[in-house]
Amino acid sequence: MPTLVSHPDEVKVVSRRFGQGAADIEKYIELDGYKAVQNAIAQGPEMSNWIINTMKASGLRGRGGAGFPTGMKWSFVPKVSEKPKYVLVNGDESEPGTCKDHVIFREDPHSVIEGTMIAGLAIGSKLGFIYLRGEYRYLLKMVEKAVADAYAKGFLGKNIFGSGIDFDIITQTGAGAYEVGEESALMESLEGKRGVPRIKPPFPAVVGLYGGPTVINNAETIANAAHILLMGGEAYAKLGTERNGGTRLFGISGHVERPGVYELPMGYSLRKAIYEVAGGIKDGKKLKAVVPGGSSCPVLTADEIDVGLDFDQMGKAGTMLGSGGIVVLDETVSIVEFAMRVISFYQHESCGWCIPCREGTDWIKKTLTRVHAGGGSRKDIDNVQYLAENMMGRTFCPLGDAAAMPTLGFVKKFRKEFEDYIDGKRVGTQLITVDQLVGAH
Amino acid sequence: MSTVANTIFSPELAARFDHLVTIYPLQRSALVPMLLYAQDEIGYVSDAAVAEIAQRLDLVELDVRNVLSYYSMLRTKPAGKYNVQVCTNISCMLRGGYKILDHCKKNLGIGHKEVTKDGLFSLEEVECIGACCWAPAMQINYEFYDDLTPEKVDVLLQTYRDGLGKDVK
Repeated sequence: MPTLVSHPDEVKVVSRRFGQGAADIEKYIELDGYKAVQNAIAQGPEMSNWIINTMKASGLRGRGGAGFPTGMKWSFVPKVSEKPKYVLVNGDESEPGTCKDHVIFREDPHSVIEGTMIAGLAIGSKLGFIYLRGEYRYLLKMVEKAVADAYAKGFLGKNIFGSGIDFDIITQTGAGAYEVGEESALMESLEGKRGVPRIKPPFPAVVGLYGGPTVINNAETIANAAHILLMGGEAYAKLGTERNGGTRLFGISGHVERPGVYELPMGYSLRKAIYEVAGGIKDGKKLKAVVPGGSSCPVLTADEIDVGLDFDQMGKAGTMLGSGGIVVLDETVSIVEFAMRVISFYQHESCGWCIPCREGTDWIKKTLTRVHAGGGSRKDIDNVQYLAENMMGRTFCPLGDAAAMPTLGFVKKFRKEFEDYIDGKRVGTQLITVDQLVGAH
Repeated sequence: MSTVANTIFSPELAARFDHLVTIYPLQRSALVPMLLYAQDEIGYVSDAAVAEIAQRLDLVELDVRNVLSYYSMLRTKPAGKYNVQVCTNISCMLRGGYKILDHCKKNLGIGHKEVTKDGLFSLEEVECIGACCWAPAMQINYEFYDDLTPEKVDVLLQTYRDGLGKDVK
């Protein structure tokens, strides 16, 4: 079960109700719950514009990893549509290093429900879906209970808050597939199919779930909506940096003294996040590298961590803010081994739809597994880089890039370590033995 | 709505399925949850379960199998009563995930995707389960256990052997 952590530098917006029993609807209401949705309805005919303008002013960008401005995404949905419109909440949290939505669903499930309603009111949808990964069964039960409680109060269903508008929510479970976290694959899964991606365009805002215009947002993005409407878009924006409004949840894991999910302002120093918020490197060891936003983000070396945690600064640093999962590696880690473990994951999760991803992940995994086992040659490093470079941008969905980007980061920034490893000069403590790899994936 | 006269599922699950196929704009949307809930009850997705789910959703069995084979949690052979799933992805790996996996192998006497002779346990190495900040972590069926050590694993597995383990369904 998640242990809640706290640090004085935290600015609590989306985590404001954590640890206060807000999964209980009465407690949620006591803590300003379901006020934002009523404020929106009170805007009358201006409701949709008011919500979208507030969201735009907030500078909130998608917390799933892509960082697309949420208000803009909502504004892309056509006002008039022959087909029904849908709101889809992506709670298929599967990016290695990421466990923030886990905490939201557990501590504040009503914030996700209220955010779904707000998104629905903004785009003129009458039906929302909250999709959780299959492994999160206990959280699905909590969300199901929260939805049932909201229905019992009359907050969901017919004529919500006397608005004359009907809004329903359906909860859905996945059954194990990283790829389903990709928005179009999630829609396929929700339509009862294999979770393979769709080609874009058309984008979901125009042709999404069941062919209708669809807003799909990460659970943390959606959970922010009610807070933003209550505090005002500008006030939320001011908490962060330019074009990166507000705060976000960072899950700091790996070799730190105090791992946990912390809410920090956008632009907060990565160095401080590791050394102050998370208490520094475990057991007084030295930092070697950081995977800053989930396993798909290119690695940063120990001397590259003086960077602000927002989408733009991380982009300039040659990596990504991603899903906010900061994985910290100490000096004992072998990058060769770590790179092999990362590509093994993507090889396992590639859905097989696009050849560059299916074949690329497989060949890189095979090559790095051989290198790790001691059978590598220097040419293998070039081959891995060549394969990864040729996967980039050549697949329907970002999984191919998600596998290629970290691989390129490892072999480019730690090339010498790969060469030394191949020459028999290994560094670090081996965590994976060769027989552990046999049959595992 | 496709109800089934001679259902293989319990009355509760059959009633749940009767309801589930009515709530979506397209009833096929019930497929993935139905497969998982069927597995929760039977222990795996049996041929009979595939046939009945296909019938309930007006699909051919091939459509159902096509979806069934995609999702990593769904299986077509029985697992143990308690399926032990150890995460070895990066955050868990850094904090001893492989040691935990090895320890489970020793304690249970089985390897990846194997079942103990008495059918009580099965073991799986799994990808990230979303417990990175509380690593190393594992799930037994749907229950999460984190911040694990080999000693904690021994106590935990004994709890299940003694019939006192938690079981979320």
